[in-house]
Amino acid sequence: MPKIRRSILAVVLAAFATVALVACGDDDETASPTTETTALACEKADLALVTPGTLTVATDSPAFPPYVIDDDPTSGKGFESAVAYAIAEELGFTAEEVTWIRVPFNSTFAPGPKKFDFDLNQVSIKAERQKGADFSSPYYTTPQGVLVAGDSEFAGATTLTDLKDAQIGVQVGTTSLDAVNEVIAPGKQVRVFNDSNDVVRALKNGQVDAIVTDLPTTLYLRDAVVEGSTLVGQFEAPGGDDWGAVLEKDSELTPCVTAAVDSLRDSGELASITEQWIGAEAPVLALE
Amino acid sequence: MSATVPVLEVRGVTKSYGDRAVLRGIDLEVGEHCAVALIGASGSGKSTLLRCIDLLEEIDDGDVFLDGEVITDPSCPAVGVRRRLGLVFQAFNLFPHLTVLQNVVLAPMRSHGVPRAEAEASARELLGRFGLEGREGDYPDRLSGGQQQRVAIVRALATRPRALLLDEVTSALDPELVGEVLSLVRGLKEQGMTMVIATHEMAFAREVADEVCFLHEGRVLERGDPARIFSAPEQPETRQFLRRVVETGRL
Amino acid sequence: MDIAPDRRAAREAARRRHARRGSVVAAVSSVVVLGGLAMLIVSSPGWEDVQRTFFSWEVFRDSFPDVLAGFWLDVKLFLVVEAVVLVLALGVALVRSTRAPALFPVRLMATVFTDVMRGVPVILVVYLIGFGVPALGIAPDWLVQDPIYLGGIALALCYTAYVAEVYRAGLDSVHPSQRAAALAVGLSETQAMRHVIVPQAVRRVVPPLLNDFISLQKDVALVAILGPQEAFRVAQISAASDFNFTPFLAAAMLYLMVTVPLARIVDRQQAKARRRQGHVVAT
Repeated sequence: MPKIRRSILAVVLAAFATVALVACGDDDETASPTTETTALACEKADLALVTPGTLTVATDSPAFPPYVIDDDPTSGKGFESAVAYAIAEELGFTAEEVTWIRVPFNSTFAPGPKKFDFDLNQVSIKAERQKGADFSSPYYTTPQGVLVAGDSEFAGATTLTDLKDAQIGVQVGTTSLDAVNEVIAPGKQVRVFNDSNDVVRALKNGQVDAIVTDLPTTLYLRDAVVEGSTLVGQFEAPGGDDWGAVLEKDSELTPCVTAAVDSLRDSGELASITEQWIGAEAPVLALE
Repeated sequence: MSATVPVLEVRGVTKSYGDRAVLRGIDLEVGEHCAVALIGASGSGKSTLLRCIDLLEEIDDGDVFLDGEVITDPSCPAVGVRRRLGLVFQAFNLFPHLTVLQNVVLAPMRSHGVPRAEAEASARELLGRFGLEGREGDYPDRLSGGQQQRVAIVRALATRPRALLLDEVTSALDPELVGEVLSLVRGLKEQGMTMVIATHEMAFAREVADEVCFLHEGRVLERGDPARIFSAPEQPETRQFLRRVVETGRL
Repeated sequence: MDIAPDRRAAREAARRRHARRGSVVAAVSSVVVLGGLAMLIVSSPGWEDVQRTFFSWEVFRDSFPDVLAGFWLDVKLFLVVEAVVLVLALGVALVRSTRAPALFPVRLMATVFTDVMRGVPVILVVYLIGFGVPALGIAPDWLVQDPIYLGGIALALCYTAYVAEVYRAGLDSVHPSQRAAALAVGLSETQAMRHVIVPQAVRRVVPPLLNDFISLQKDVALVAILGPQEAFRVAQISAASDFNFTPFLAAAMLYLMVTVPLARIVDRQQAKARRRQGHVVAT
């Protein structure tokens, strides 16, 4: 009888320990973009393409502004459309040599052969996604966005200092809380909610003056969730998501796209594209 | 033919609980300074009658007069009537969360508006007179049954009632404690307190009462001078009741 | 037959032996059970990991001041809600206990109120009041903008229902003869309630009341869903940022520091109530 009891106890404790182990083990691997620095043979003629002579780029259907304007990626209008053509140009393709296809978000980074050369679809670079697909170096790191009610006294804020007296709400477990505390350092203790529903509810109810989420979420909330709200701006904060172009696992093209993105970043062109399409939506807020 | 109005007068009072008739037309008169003893078996209606007189129960029919004034009229405020009567219960019913002194002064202070100092002074005087000196600060559960019942009587006297209703005040006591309570009641009688005494203590009833009423099944079956009732009862039921009492050694 | 002294001695010796054996068994079994449990846990393959994620001294030390600051909010909220509940609940209980026909509608409302509030999870009421009342758009700004008020109101409503039932049980437990005695000395119904019945009822329900307050002390953490950074939320934030659960342990310790002494007070009160009742029965 005592023997049985002890083994039951052992099993229970083992289960307990295992859960703790698994829960912790997962978080150790940090997401890092694939950076293989082999000698680059990125001559246009040598590239292994899905369709020779044509660069096949994928995005979601439908695609939304400000990433793609009017669901027409071929126009070059919209952030990801513009980034795609800039990468193409870096690789030596003309606009006419770029073909667009549509791929649903979830199958972009699913393991297996791809029908595209690369995909731009706001895909965050994450360790588990890298098991099934390649990522270029990041072309975008999400900043934080500030959303207020249209009739709020803070709707006209142009600097972070203007937001110091605002009652700000965020969702627990996101990077937004640290971002707000470190960058804005508001006078009123930030309200922390369980999920984005509650955050939005609080904003709609006037229980908070402003909510802070990563900018893509802020854009979504403004356009689809909180009617009549105003996105007063964005600000840089550590811990944002990195978005990378998705390629087939171990694709020869990956280092070339990474090199192209790096080159765009170094030349400042990436920054100006970002400013043109996303900055127009959400002006960059600074401290005064 | 006396011109004086009785302190208490009960006329044709009936009371039922559902189908069960407890009082079937009771008549009773209690003159000033008189003590009337109610005797009879358990369930004969003695307690109910006292509770009806104190307006703790609503009567079905008949009238009760206090100093010639109808008190059982629905328009008559019960609280005012109860303030003029004192009722002592078989089970004492002291307030267990209050000290002896607080038990006694509660009613004078709250319902008669007597200032605390005055109420406490007269309460101490009364308690002292009934041998309860030094127990003022005790809680009821620290006292013997006899002491508790004496406190209960003092509590009833504290509002200077016109008449005192005693409901089998010794029935819950151990035999050796009965005497101290009875001698207290005897003292009250000597001081001229008007009383209605429901009791099982026949010897006591015979000694103290001016009149004895035998209640049987909700009626006053026989009444009269104590000496006559106990020595020569007229009704067979009275004789039977008294015989049983003698058998159990209560007389 | 004069064997009584021997018998008594033998009986006492047996009793002593029995008591001695009892304490030895208790001591040995405590050591074996607790020691064995500790050994088993510490020697388990996952122990180091558990220790690191649940019992990290560094994380505890770093997170404790923030969690404590959050806990102060819990304590303040608890004290205010408790005071409000004590008064409101007595009112509800008295309304439900009266027989006056004129009060029928109020009595009905009080009955519906307690039935509903007792039957609904506290967290739902906190959500409903916390997000629902501001959504109506009729509440004043000071109320809308302070989750502590809204959360406090929600908790007060729930616990008023629980505590009102406790009070009502207490009122019912006071024997009708006490009311009769109070009326007989000339008190009015209201005076009888106020001076005789309520004081006795309240005394009797102190232990169950304290029990409800122990759960209230824990349930104040539910107000976190409305945004304020109380102890549990602070611990959650801290735990999420470095993937370590130790801050929850810090919060749990703080809750225990309040609830354990409260529990001991409950025990003592219950023992006292039992003694008192025993005494009353004995006389």
